[in-house]
Amino acid sequence: MSFVNYSSREINCKIVYYGPGLCGKTTNLQYIFQKTNPENRGKMISLATETERTLFFDFLPLALGSIRGFKVRFHLYTVPGQVFYDASRKLILRGADGVVFVGDSQVDRIEANVESLENLRVNLAEHGFNLDTIPLTLQYNKRDLPDIVPVEELNGLLNPRGVPTFNAIATKGDGVFDTLKDIAKQVVLELKKKG
Amino acid sequence: MQRIEDELRGFRQLAKARVAFLIDRNGQLLGQAGDSSGVDTTALAALTASNIAASRAIAELMGEQDFAGILHEGENDHLHISLVGQEGILLVLFDAQTSIGLVRLRVKKTARRLAQVITDNAQEEEAEGAGLSPFAEITEEDIDQLFR
Repeated sequence: MSFVNYSSREINCKIVYYGPGLCGKTTNLQYIFQKTNPENRGKMISLATETERTLFFDFLPLALGSIRGFKVRFHLYTVPGQVFYDASRKLILRGADGVVFVGDSQVDRIEANVESLENLRVNLAEHGFNLDTIPLTLQYNKRDLPDIVPVEELNGLLNPRGVPTFNAIATKGDGVFDTLKDIAKQVVLELKKKG
Repeated sequence: MQRIEDELRGFRQLAKARVAFLIDRNGQLLGQAGDSSGVDTTALAALTASNIAASRAIAELMGEQDFAGILHEGENDHLHISLVGQEGILLVLFDAQTSIGLVRLRVKKTARRLAQVITDNAQEEEAEGAGLSPFAEITEEDIDQLFR
């Protein structure tokens, strides 16, 4: 749930990066962190295992600018992708304003993508959200790898709703900010609808 | 916001705590009293809310509905985290100037009052209606400007 602080004229929105294990959620946040002016971002917090797999979440607060005199901040979270950590994933979705689903384009990860999206649907429902209506952006990551699924096929499997999709190579930053811009726009437009 | 900070200020004095924060369950900072310079309060709020969420999930596994309070003991500084109604979290930073007993006693009383303030604020916002929303009038161009 977005939070409007009228006294300090601030709006905070929560965006969650979701997807199967090793799909590149943390890499997205790391790239955003590296490329954002330090004045406009806070510290990136990563609760990870010793082997750098996300254990609970990554967190990155961003201050993008102002709309009508209100500072707009986005709190970006990732969830742990490994199936084992479902309890943690559920917790992170609480109060989400929008979701980025990061899909892994590799042929042998297709099933993991489908399972993760279904898991997102179930976990959103536990918080009273609907995957068919919540602001959602799809990112097809790892487009530079050799054995990848065509975008049309990924769309058929993961995007029946027809939400915006972005091809990405998160390690190089390709598509990372396009994805962020799109979800941020959807979240703010949704708040406008509610307003 | 003013009422929240008044309550937190009063609490801090009576409990002799260093800093008191009110955070919502989604990790947003609602107010604070005391000197928090040098503390990344945005990260602190997000981590505290996650901590509470994880504790609640653990409580459920143990057959408890919730853990009312969590204590983190450091060498010099300690944190007490407790629930405020359904939506709030009171985070108290304290040191040897006070005792955990005094902090707990004051937390209980303050949490009840803060819960009421949160409820009142929510009702007021609802009564004031959508007309005040800063989002109501925005255009796509306003949003695009965020990324320039």
